[in-house]
Amino acid sequence: MRPKRRRLALLVAALVTLGIAAALVLSAFEDNLVFFNSPSDVVEKRLPPETRFRLGGLVEENSVKKEADGLTTSFRVTDMKHTVAVRYTGMLPDLFREGQGVVTDGRLAPDGTFIASEVLAKHDENYMPPEVADALKKSGHWLPDGEKAPPGGTRSTP
Amino acid sequence: MIAEIGHFAVILALAVALLQATLPLAGSALRIPAWSALAVPAAALQFALSLFAFGCLTALYVTSDFSVMNVWQNSHSAKPMLYKISGVWGNHEGSLLLWVLILSLFGFAVAVFGGNLPPNLRTRVLSVQAMIGVGFLGLLVFLSNPFERIFPAPMDGNGLNPLLQDPGLAFHPPFLYLGYVGFSIAFSFAIAALIEGKVDAAWARWVRPWTLAAWTFLTIGIALGSWWAYYELGWGGWWFWDPVENASFMPWLAGTALLHSAIVVEKRDALKTWTVLLAILTFSLSLLGTFIVRSGLLNSVHAFASDPGRGVFILAFLILVIGGSLTLYAIRAPALRGGGLFAPMSREGALVFNNLILITALATVFLGTMYPLFLDALTGEKVTVGPPYFNATFAPLMTPLVAVMAFGPLLAWKRADLAGALHRLKFAAAATVVALLGALYFAWGGPVLAILGFGLGVWVTTGSMVEIVERTRLFRASAKDSFNRAIHMPRSVWGSALAHAGIGVFIMGAAGALGWESEKLQVMKPGDQTEIAGYTFVFDGARPARGPNFDATEGTFRVYRGGELLTIMQPQTRRFANPPMETTEAAIHPTRMGDLFAVVGTPVGDGAYQTRLYRKPLINLLWTGALLMAFGGLVSLSDRRHRVGAPSRRRVQAAGVAAQRS
Repeated sequence: MRPKRRRLALLVAALVTLGIAAALVLSAFEDNLVFFNSPSDVVEKRLPPETRFRLGGLVEENSVKKEADGLTTSFRVTDMKHTVAVRYTGMLPDLFREGQGVVTDGRLAPDGTFIASEVLAKHDENYMPPEVADALKKSGHWLPDGEKAPPGGTRSTP
Repeated sequence: MIAEIGHFAVILALAVALLQATLPLAGSALRIPAWSALAVPAAALQFALSLFAFGCLTALYVTSDFSVMNVWQNSHSAKPMLYKISGVWGNHEGSLLLWVLILSLFGFAVAVFGGNLPPNLRTRVLSVQAMIGVGFLGLLVFLSNPFERIFPAPMDGNGLNPLLQDPGLAFHPPFLYLGYVGFSIAFSFAIAALIEGKVDAAWARWVRPWTLAAWTFLTIGIALGSWWAYYELGWGGWWFWDPVENASFMPWLAGTALLHSAIVVEKRDALKTWTVLLAILTFSLSLLGTFIVRSGLLNSVHAFASDPGRGVFILAFLILVIGGSLTLYAIRAPALRGGGLFAPMSREGALVFNNLILITALATVFLGTMYPLFLDALTGEKVTVGPPYFNATFAPLMTPLVAVMAFGPLLAWKRADLAGALHRLKFAAAATVVALLGALYFAWGGPVLAILGFGLGVWVTTGSMVEIVERTRLFRASAKDSFNRAIHMPRSVWGSALAHAGIGVFIMGAAGALGWESEKLQVMKPGDQTEIAGYTFVFDGARPARGPNFDATEGTFRVYRGGELLTIMQPQTRRFANPPMETTEAAIHPTRMGDLFAVVGTPVGDGAYQTRLYRKPLINLLWTGALLMAFGGLVSLSDRRHRVGAPSRRRVQAAGVAAQRS
């Protein structure tokens, strides 16, 4: 093949690959972009049921209850302004505590309960998920002493 | 005292790096030999100073000197010695110091082994290395001093997160850094080549072994991290497409592409500008990877504390390095003329295909990793891009590359005969068909993708072995003859076959672990039994247990297979005091065909506990595959032809001639 045609072949191959990649990215992106919402967002934006998002805030004191099956837990997530009830079936992460920050991933049921499919593991006692810190700042209930950063964080991967 | 001396050594190293970054470069441009000659001793001095500073910090950790802030924050007097030492790099400041140490080590290696390099090239490479060093040392001196004191000194330290007190993780960062920093050599060579305006086969022969070494280390580092996540985090996942993982995976993808394109430069004198660009890209991603994790830029599962001053410095440094090198590239790259012509169906063509796919796949990972960051910075909207995005883009893009990987190495340079290559693969094709039928039989009704993935893995593994089998005339010649041929075959042939086979083995493992996993989540009372994938688990209840620095609740499962007791598994939940924290310690029982994985959770009353049991078929192949890749890298690295410069000069020249002939 002549150099010119060869270069053309290469260009076409690159464009085809990029096109396929772009198509894959576009189709996958839409479905897998998960937004973060605080309880106030949920109330104020009137999010429709069945939208998937991440809900974060503090686990409200005295709200954690185990259901009879032993595996389902219900609790309320609050940003001290609004609260949202959450249900989760599965093992909770080691550091799930009342009064601590939490991020959950799931969907709103028609009755307004958030059905979590995942409760994110935060492996440090002092650790406050950054989204939750932001949400608390917005709702005006941020305690500056909670800002104390954990020493070393949660994983030493560089 | 030690802390002050260590700090002083870091400052001196910065001064030396500044000198090394400027004078020799100016010297080689203005033809002042005395200035150029400074590069080698400066590199040696910089290494000595960095090593000394690192030794000081290590000594402070070993003696638990809590008057030093860094030691107080990350160590504890009751910690085992291994984790006192690994605590040195288990934090932002210490990990930067390790980075600097490795950077200066590589610079020193170029200085020592670079005797046969054109003197100007070596000088320039060392200067560029020092420029990177200036950035890191500046960060250490001005914004992240690991030797800072606190007064009054506390009685004891904060302790290291118990999850990090683990041998797998103790060595994970050093390997990752050896990889990241190793790519700095390829980067420095690329910049030096742009300054000189010359890239030739000799240049590629120099870049290849360094890139290969870096790639091997990075592979080991990533595998260690993944293995740690699997057995330590307690939910049995091994890859989460978390930004922190992607940060190390992106340089790996770019480095893999670089490794392959450099071959074309060496053998065929083509793809020069592209290879230089890849070298810049790979190291830029390594820098990004270092900083993404260490600056708290990301709100990932494992985010780090942020500090605005640091953030600005790091951003400025990134812009300077990446922007500067790309500008230089734009100006100088047109001067690099490519040679060799080749047909699309050829070894070069296959390598171009490899690069095209790897870089496209890299772009999709980059987009998914960085998009949330950009969106947050621009609009304040918080989003995450979940693993399904990566699975839906990365896997389909990589599939054709993996399929082609089996016959790429069988193609001839310049113009190849595809039919011939395919014909040589008939045994691999037969093995794949057998594997597919076997998988269909054993995993009937399971996910189709897992079966196809398994077949693909078998295809690559067997296909990669074709060259070895043919060259050794296995089964056709006598065993002794085959053995002789195997020993005298170039190590690089062995190396690439092993690494490619490693990819295949890895894919088999991934297919098994993702597609054929069985999981049961339930509440179990003492005496309860349950069956999972042919194994019967009997729960004997849980009782308190004690460890050296924790209290635990230990569950006991008796596991039966075909009525016979196979093993007893005892997962724990552990409560640590320093720092106060709970962890889940899974029990893992490896079998030949995969792992059994048991976790005990919170009590629900009456002696009953939440339990989670898994059967993870073929998951051991994941680590075997990764090890094979790294081993292939090492074997290839030991090839005579890759050792240019390491041994004496005469042998090098002989090897160089041999390489040109082949």
